[in-house]
Amino acid sequence: MREFFFNLVWLLPLFPLASFAIIVLWTNRNRLLSTWVAWIGIGLSWILGWTIFILTWRNIIGLTPPTGGYQVNLYSIPTGTTQLQLGFHVDTLTGLMLFMVPFVCLMIFIYSKGYMNYGTDEVDSRYSRFFAQISLFACGMIGLVVSDNFVTLFIFWELMGLCSYLLIGFWFDKSYDDPKRITPKEAGLKAFLTTRVGDVIMLSGLLLLYSQTGTMSFREIFSEETLHQLANTYAFGNMSWATLTALLIFGGAVGKSAQFPLHVWLPDAMEGPTPVSALIHAATMVSAGVYLVARSFPLFVAVEGGAQLTVVALIGSFTALFASTIALAQNDIKRVLAYSTISQLGYMFAALGLGAYVAAVFHLITHAFFKALLFMGSGSVIHGVEHGHHHAHGEGDEAGGEFDANDMLNMGGLLRRMPRTGWTFIIGALALTGIFPWAGFWSKDEILADAWLGFLHGGAFGVSGSLAFAVWLLLTLAAILTAFYTGRQVFLTFAGKPRTEAAKHVPESTGSMTWPLIILALFTTFLGLFGLPWTNRVFELVGQAAKIMGEPLEHAGFVLTVALISLGAAGTGWLGAWLIYGRKPLTVPVDPLERALGPVYTLLKNKYYFDELYRAIIVRPAIWFAGVCARFDRKVVDGIVNAVGAFGRWLSSWLRNAIDNPIIDGAVNGVGQITGWLGEFMRATQTGKVQNYLLVAAVTVVLLLALFLVRG
Amino acid sequence: MQIPLSWYLIVAAALFCIGLYGALSRRNAVGVLMGVELMLNSVNINLLAFWRQVEAASGTLAGQVFAIIVITVAAAEAAVGLALIISVYRSRKSVDVEDIDLMKL
Repeated sequence: MREFFFNLVWLLPLFPLASFAIIVLWTNRNRLLSTWVAWIGIGLSWILGWTIFILTWRNIIGLTPPTGGYQVNLYSIPTGTTQLQLGFHVDTLTGLMLFMVPFVCLMIFIYSKGYMNYGTDEVDSRYSRFFAQISLFACGMIGLVVSDNFVTLFIFWELMGLCSYLLIGFWFDKSYDDPKRITPKEAGLKAFLTTRVGDVIMLSGLLLLYSQTGTMSFREIFSEETLHQLANTYAFGNMSWATLTALLIFGGAVGKSAQFPLHVWLPDAMEGPTPVSALIHAATMVSAGVYLVARSFPLFVAVEGGAQLTVVALIGSFTALFASTIALAQNDIKRVLAYSTISQLGYMFAALGLGAYVAAVFHLITHAFFKALLFMGSGSVIHGVEHGHHHAHGEGDEAGGEFDANDMLNMGGLLRRMPRTGWTFIIGALALTGIFPWAGFWSKDEILADAWLGFLHGGAFGVSGSLAFAVWLLLTLAAILTAFYTGRQVFLTFAGKPRTEAAKHVPESTGSMTWPLIILALFTTFLGLFGLPWTNRVFELVGQAAKIMGEPLEHAGFVLTVALISLGAAGTGWLGAWLIYGRKPLTVPVDPLERALGPVYTLLKNKYYFDELYRAIIVRPAIWFAGVCARFDRKVVDGIVNAVGAFGRWLSSWLRNAIDNPIIDGAVNGVGQITGWLGEFMRATQTGKVQNYLLVAAVTVVLLLALFLVRG
Repeated sequence: MQIPLSWYLIVAAALFCIGLYGALSRRNAVGVLMGVELMLNSVNINLLAFWRQVEAASGTLAGQVFAIIVITVAAAEAAVGLALIISVYRSRKSVDVEDIDLMKL
């Protein structure tokens, strides 16, 4: 029974892939059919995914989880001396991801129907294409979590990169009046190129790993002897191969999960349709980076106290704080969430860097649910404000282009106008800020508790106590800021009175959009029960099964001090937000924080000028260098090509004049001429007179007779 | 007394030469045809002379039959030849073989 379903795991990514193919090839013109094809594809993945998830969980079915994972080999590629085994596998981490990914994708797919205005006059002209592309995206993410080796993982990883490019630039024909504002086309390119930086680093790490171990299969690489060998051979200095490859693989995760310093693409990715933002930033792409590090966790801890864990922890915790400061000064409702995503991913990496594997995975799952909820809620808000704007100003008014439906300063008082969206958004916000008892509280608390215990007793895997304390401090500060910017967002959007005409005419969204929100809100509320510190099912599922170097992971219990401190931090943030934005709701669209913080606000609003910095030190030189190369190409390379062409022309004309015309043509013409002469000569014998012929015959007979007689 | 074979052969050779000369030199197409007849008949003389000398004793009639076939063919040939000559005469008002060179365009 269990084996039967585990053998079917390769079908999971195939269902959405089939949807993609069917929509692209056949149902492109029929919007309703395309919707259903996409829904059925992801729905089948969801059902099978949850079946497999349940089968990996021993508390339900009473079997021990498959510790080493269950493997399905599909094919093997001979590569010189080694065989590259490609296939799929199921283990507890995969099972847990399969609980989250297909389900959240399904919610997003259902939501998309309403968001893309199905059945109204404003239905998007590329409606079916959208469903095809998100199906392909889902195929990428599901394939990634069921891959049993780095090769197919990388393929699916890149498939997602491609889909994110296509989907972020989905409205590629859109342009803005403000030339400094990034267009969807540019945002897609930026996301693609920025993640490519990480991917190249990751690919080099994978190649080094392959050159050292001769295998790409997780099971073989993460076996004890391979890890031991990697940890005890040195690439250079006292840096072991394990440390080096782990760092390079982490580079890929940094790009995909938008960690500092490759975080710049993610906020601009908000130019895509909102379901895409939810798909990319909640359920799939950005969590792929965390999943990768979690999957490669044995490699990261192969060397006790190596540099790799420190790097992961520091980048994660720094990003968590750094991104949440930027989020303070953003007015675009989706951008706030984007920076919040970066910050939350930072939490997960910080946890992984401290060896708190279970906490990171748990936060990954809960975050996917509440962040998808928040993104889809914000999409619902934007959708409503756009409709309100149409309603208030009429259809023809759009040419003005001044109105920004994403700007929170243009909203206000929406809770009464869209209650379902509003309340579910608030539930998501409470979960994000880690308020008891929502899911975010339990998962975030577990990370902080792990950091705190690391500080007190020394961390796991040789992580030093001071590092653990630094991480704990940064994350707690980030928690205050998280609560503050989330509170700011909630108060600006939903509290007070509408600040624009558009906000006064906001309708509640359709059922296709609000039902997914309600379902996700339920999950956000009750998912925490899944990972209570006392009876942690996540730990039972992944922690005990995923034996690292033969040792089961430790489990941080409940630490009341930490829980109180983090609740206090969240409370402080909410209180601050309420004091500034909630107590006396804004009436004019000016942020009071701007005056209070002065130049710091400008710095934050401009995201520490990272875009400008990268433009100056990377983009400009790259474009300049491309120009130089183009000139070199045009002058030198084209010159050589043209010279070769000219020489060819000269050579052929010489050959024509010297050889072809006199010799070849001469021979042919000569044969013809000789035949002509011969014919002319022979013609004389043909007189046409019968007596001549007879005479010739007679003379010939006489001559032959004479010859006969003479010779005897 | 029996006339020796050589005499027949001489007469036949003379007749053949006369016929050949006539066929080659006569301008008139009818004359050419008559020359051809002479040559055929000289062959007949040879056939019969050799038959009498070599085969007659054995009682077979091969030589005579051969001669009769030649006469038959000669008669047919004369008929076809004269018909051609008449046909040419009708179209060209001449029976001069020098004028009959249509084969050479």
